[in-house]
Amino acid sequence: MYQFNYQRPKSLADAEALLAAADDPKILAGGQTLIPTLKQRLAMPSDLIDIGAIKELDFIRAEGNAVTIGAATRHATVAQSADVRKHNPALAALAGGIGDPAVRHMGTLGGSIANNDPAADYPAACLALDAKIHTTKRLIEADEFFKGMFETALQDGEIIKEVTFPHPEKAAYMKFPNPASRYAMVGVFVSKGPWGVRVAVTGAGQNGVFRVAEMEQALSKNWSPDAVAGIKVSANGLNADLHGTAEYRAHLITVMAKRAVAAAG
Amino acid sequence: MPVVSMTVNGKPASADVEARTLLVQFIRERLGLTGTHVGCDTSQCGACVVHVDGRAVKSCAMLAVQAEGAEVLTIEGLARDGELHPVQAAFREHHGLQCGFCTPGMIMTAVDMIRRIPDLDEETVRDELEGNICRCTGYHNIVKAILAASQEMR
Repeated sequence: MYQFNYQRPKSLADAEALLAAADDPKILAGGQTLIPTLKQRLAMPSDLIDIGAIKELDFIRAEGNAVTIGAATRHATVAQSADVRKHNPALAALAGGIGDPAVRHMGTLGGSIANNDPAADYPAACLALDAKIHTTKRLIEADEFFKGMFETALQDGEIIKEVTFPHPEKAAYMKFPNPASRYAMVGVFVSKGPWGVRVAVTGAGQNGVFRVAEMEQALSKNWSPDAVAGIKVSANGLNADLHGTAEYRAHLITVMAKRAVAAAG
Repeated sequence: MPVVSMTVNGKPASADVEARTLLVQFIRERLGLTGTHVGCDTSQCGACVVHVDGRAVKSCAMLAVQAEGAEVLTIEGLARDGELHPVQAAFREHHGLQCGFCTPGMIMTAVDMIRRIPDLDEETVRDELEGNICRCTGYHNIVKAILAASQEMR
């Protein structure tokens, strides 16, 4: 790891001030991606602003027709939350399937979506559940948030505060994990709610998470696994690596979508 | 350099550290507690699992300064008055190790899962071991040991 200055603010306001004052800062949330990245010397921030001690970012609140989760809330906390399990069991299950137990004890919702790893799970949930991402500066719709591989709409000095997930009527997430890394080769989140039907795919796209319009239309007419079974997703723009070709991933999208619809009931 | 203070195995520990010092380096190199191992150093193998404020975490994927004020428990802190912790005893009884390198992390993960999940079954144990890699045993006796300890501690 290269050297950096380390700061551990106790409030969001202090964190913003530290971010603004630093040369080339990075926000440290759970660190489950950032620390390994720093260890490999793939990043050289001047300052790490650790938001792990900011209590106001760690909460889960169910109100109205939505659950709002603080950005520094750990995956394990989301997975175990009675509110999330009751109103949005697919989201709880997704959180409980990220990484492994030790990673889930540290990794956070805000960290996951700010990093926007193309194989991360939470971006699929945000996109499929029409999530609202609240930052220190504004509200960003999930559709506008994920801009490409490791790229988001966040600006310098902007911190994610919380994410609001409206309750779905039906939803499920199905992941086909890489047998070694356990990251999603393909993960498909399907949902039905006030926003209509959404199908979001992670793990497969070169530019990160994306929606599949053809599947959404088919499921809007007929919510059943059969409705997506015949839909072939184009391999254009999908990842190809030693673990699988783009065609293989395209095929997996249909298979996982079918399973997700079946699981959502 | 920042000063970091925490409680490790019930004893206060405080030192000047570089901010980039990993928790596992602090534990092994500053405190001399070498029971916590570094296997992969890429946060996949779980040999470095310790408990921070009661939760199992990978100490190679956490900075020492992030543990400021925390209660840290390592494998050295499990036994009480010369008596092995029930999970340690079960690993010995059921031969849950061969070379032993992964064992500290396996045991810390096992203690955490037994605490969180009252009714462990084999499938759950195997699932919960996702972040701990053993290259000797094929996991069978590790799973047996954890199930036995879970029964005993109930």
